[in-house]
Amino acid sequence: MTLSASLNAAEQRRPSRFGRMLEERLPYLIVAPAILILLLVGLFPLIYSLIVSFQRITMTENDTSLVGLLNYSELFRDTRLWASLGHTAIITAIALPLELLVGFLMAQLFIDRMPGRQIFVALLVLPTVISPIVAGATWRLMFDVRFGPIGQILSFFAGEPVRILWTVNPAYVYPAIIICEVWQWSPFMFLLLLAALSNVDQSQLEAAEIDGASYLRVLRAIVLPAIAPVIAVACLIRGLDLVRIFDIIWALTEGGPGSMTETVSLYTYVQGFSQFETSYTAAISFLVIALLTVITTLVLKRMELAR
Amino acid sequence: MRIGRLPARKARILAVRYVGAGIVTLLFLFPVYWLFMISFKTPDEIYHVPPLWIPGQIQFSNYYVLFKDGDVLAILNSLIVAGVSSGVAIVLGTLCAYSLARFGTGGENLAMWIISQRMIPPIAVVFPIFLIYVYFGLVDGYFGLILLYTAFNLPYVIWMMRGYIVDVPLELEESALVDGLNRWEVIWKVVFPMVRPGLMATSVFTFVFAWNDFLFALVLTRTEVITFPVMLTHYFGGQSNFWAKIAAMSVLGTLPIFVAVSVMQRYLVRGISLGAVKG
Repeated sequence: MTLSASLNAAEQRRPSRFGRMLEERLPYLIVAPAILILLLVGLFPLIYSLIVSFQRITMTENDTSLVGLLNYSELFRDTRLWASLGHTAIITAIALPLELLVGFLMAQLFIDRMPGRQIFVALLVLPTVISPIVAGATWRLMFDVRFGPIGQILSFFAGEPVRILWTVNPAYVYPAIIICEVWQWSPFMFLLLLAALSNVDQSQLEAAEIDGASYLRVLRAIVLPAIAPVIAVACLIRGLDLVRIFDIIWALTEGGPGSMTETVSLYTYVQGFSQFETSYTAAISFLVIALLTVITTLVLKRMELAR
Repeated sequence: MRIGRLPARKARILAVRYVGAGIVTLLFLFPVYWLFMISFKTPDEIYHVPPLWIPGQIQFSNYYVLFKDGDVLAILNSLIVAGVSSGVAIVLGTLCAYSLARFGTGGENLAMWIISQRMIPPIAVVFPIFLIYVYFGLVDGYFGLILLYTAFNLPYVIWMMRGYIVDVPLELEESALVDGLNRWEVIWKVVFPMVRPGLMATSVFTFVFAWNDFLFALVLTRTEVITFPVMLTHYFGGQSNFWAKIAAMSVLGTLPIFVAVSVMQRYLVRGISLGAVKG
């Protein structure tokens, strides 16, 4: 009785052949489902779209004969496309340094411990986590020429009624987009930089203070080199987000007036989903992917060199 | 004399910093306040010139309208799509991450390929995906959107969880293996409890990403499974924006995020920096 019981137990302990096979192949078995989904949703459509980009499919005709690089050569003549790339570059070039600067100043303000700091930080995070479409909608309400508070505040300081059509007037659409963008994402920079600044070697800072080094000198010699890797990562993440900016502009200006604030994401959307230029949109997608791959690789290379 | 003056100076600096902190916080929270406040205003108050900064009385009719017209179904759709997709992404992604972290499956190349999937701009893939979805009849259904968000979130989950799993001491797992546990038991009984906080944080972020997404939902939904950001843009329209609905819907779509992120405060920095900054 006891013997058979212990035999039974031993039998249960020993993994079956199937169990052993599972265990040996486990590294691959548990990787497979995730990779399969990524290939299915990530790679498969890309290959399909690569084929489409060599065809000539539009809304009206379903011409699947191969036309070689025709769509790609059209890209170079498409002034609206290059204009949209320019708009994207302008927004990125202005918003990214601004976010970094505002985030850095905020981090400086909160770097020293003070009672209630956690509450401030928790509140300041809120803009970053809300949906960009909600952020855009919120600022659309804020900017409204009659019922929004911005005009009211400006009028108060100007002493006379200020009527600015922020989301329509060509002179103000870019500031409007950038204000909204900086409002939403400076807290992101702030959080990362606050964490990075807290990790700066305190003994070095104290030594510098005793030596009577100026604030700017300490910043340049100790603080900036210490937080450079975090700045690089933060800029990479935000830079990639800015290049594909869509939601905020959709909510604020819808690319207008005309196509003045149309970024490359918006243009691609218009070509694909209102003009139904199927093959041509596929070609644009690949241009975007190629451009981003080059930029990302260059940035990553430089970051590695900097290390 | 000096000893007496120093604390006074410190107190002054502290006071200045509090004032600065207050001003910054007010500036950044004012738009959020404005949004919430409009959602409680009556139409007369919303379209009052000059704008009123405080509603006459808190009233919920703007929300009531959303419930009455069935617009809140968009919130429900968002909950289903974001909830299910992040659940699936977490389970599959964590298993994959374990293999990457412990067996080095696929080496650095596989890990780099996975994170590069996250770098691809949505606009570049949404169009081909749309073409495929039309072909397979997946547009405007739960399954298509859930599949897409799962794939969209997988690289993030794998990348983050790999980091959390690498932090678990290898000796713990080895001694558990020596004690006769098999791998599944090791994952479930040793690794899982250790990475649970990271797992929770990652779940919250995947949920937030799917919840906040606009572009995919705009392209892949029509009438049936409209998510809340898409619903929101339906209220825009030239000069006649339905402000009350915009504000109320925005608040409904924002509150869950605020709650989730407040709970996850401690993991926020690591979560949004793709694990690069450990806060």
